[in-house]
Amino acid sequence: MLGIIITALIGLSVISGCLSGNSGEVSEAAISSCNKAVELVIYLSGSMALWGGLMKICDRSGMTAKIAKLLTPITKRLFRGAQDNRKAMSAITMNLTANLLGLGNAATPSGIAAAKELNKLGGGTGKRCIAMLVVLNTASIQLIPSTIAAMRLEHGAKSPFDVTPAILFSSLVSVTVGCLAVYALNLKRRERSEH
Amino acid sequence: MSISDLFVPLLIVFILVYGIFKRVDVAEAFCEGAAENLRTAAELLPMLILLMTAVGMFTSSGAAQYIADWLRPVTQKLGFPDECIPLALIRPVSGSGALACLETIFTSVSPDCYAGRVASVLMGSTETTFYTIAVYFSSIKEKVRSSVFIAAALADLTGFIFSALAVRLFFGG
Repeated sequence: MLGIIITALIGLSVISGCLSGNSGEVSEAAISSCNKAVELVIYLSGSMALWGGLMKICDRSGMTAKIAKLLTPITKRLFRGAQDNRKAMSAITMNLTANLLGLGNAATPSGIAAAKELNKLGGGTGKRCIAMLVVLNTASIQLIPSTIAAMRLEHGAKSPFDVTPAILFSSLVSVTVGCLAVYALNLKRRERSEH
Repeated sequence: MSISDLFVPLLIVFILVYGIFKRVDVAEAFCEGAAENLRTAAELLPMLILLMTAVGMFTSSGAAQYIADWLRPVTQKLGFPDECIPLALIRPVSGSGALACLETIFTSVSPDCYAGRVASVLMGSTETTFYTIAVYFSSIKEKVRSSVFIAAALADLTGFIFSALAVRLFFGG
């Protein structure tokens, strides 16, 4: 899938480069972009390592588990019908906490564990809960956007974290729309199955 | 000096002090987590080289401008900057592609200008939606249901629109 997209991008670039007379720039980009990728990874690895290390401390000290506990009232509401399934609920809260802290690597395994548990519930409830889980995971609510801040700093931003409130606001709105959509689409299906 | 400037240093102090208080070997734990993420960064590189080449060629060819021109009637009404259109298009499909796109945006405009801020918020408030959906549904061995797809796509679209709105709300202009 990604291979096709990349090939299409490069193919289109060559065509439109020829059409618009930018073929010189295109060929320069083709040769020099690889170096930029290496530079990008080098300056990102610093902040990735810093936050990875700090989050490991949070994990060991039980802070992650504590945040997970704080989230329980919310997860109970969002995953109505699954709140008695302990395994599923603990996997869900771990998944959301990892997402909040920007621990992408830790979020996926617990998310998959949660999806498997929810799948066992079966029926409309299981399906709605899985949809909710996926939507929450695609919305990316992040308290510390460390990667973005690192890139902003590298390019001379005065206060690289100043976009955090705007990011949180935008993610909260989009996740709310996603959750409402899950409920609305679920209601529609229920009506259809009743008729 | 503002509270937002102090947030990150205070957070770091809090994490360390809490760890010591709970008798965690903070230095050892830190190194372990840092090493894990360094490995992730290294694993990111091969794909990023291919993607940055594609994105770099695409933006320098003027093709991105064609698409931006074509979408302008809609994006202009939303106050969505042209520079961010390629980012919005690639964000749901590929995380490293979006990273490559954001890097290209930041080299052409300042991260502190309107377009730079919208790009930051867009990047931070949306996810690699298609990839995430694929991972979750393949893990439970089921076909992706259209309702999940619609809900996630709606959330993404809202994220795109609100990233521009949020920047205007929090920074004015």
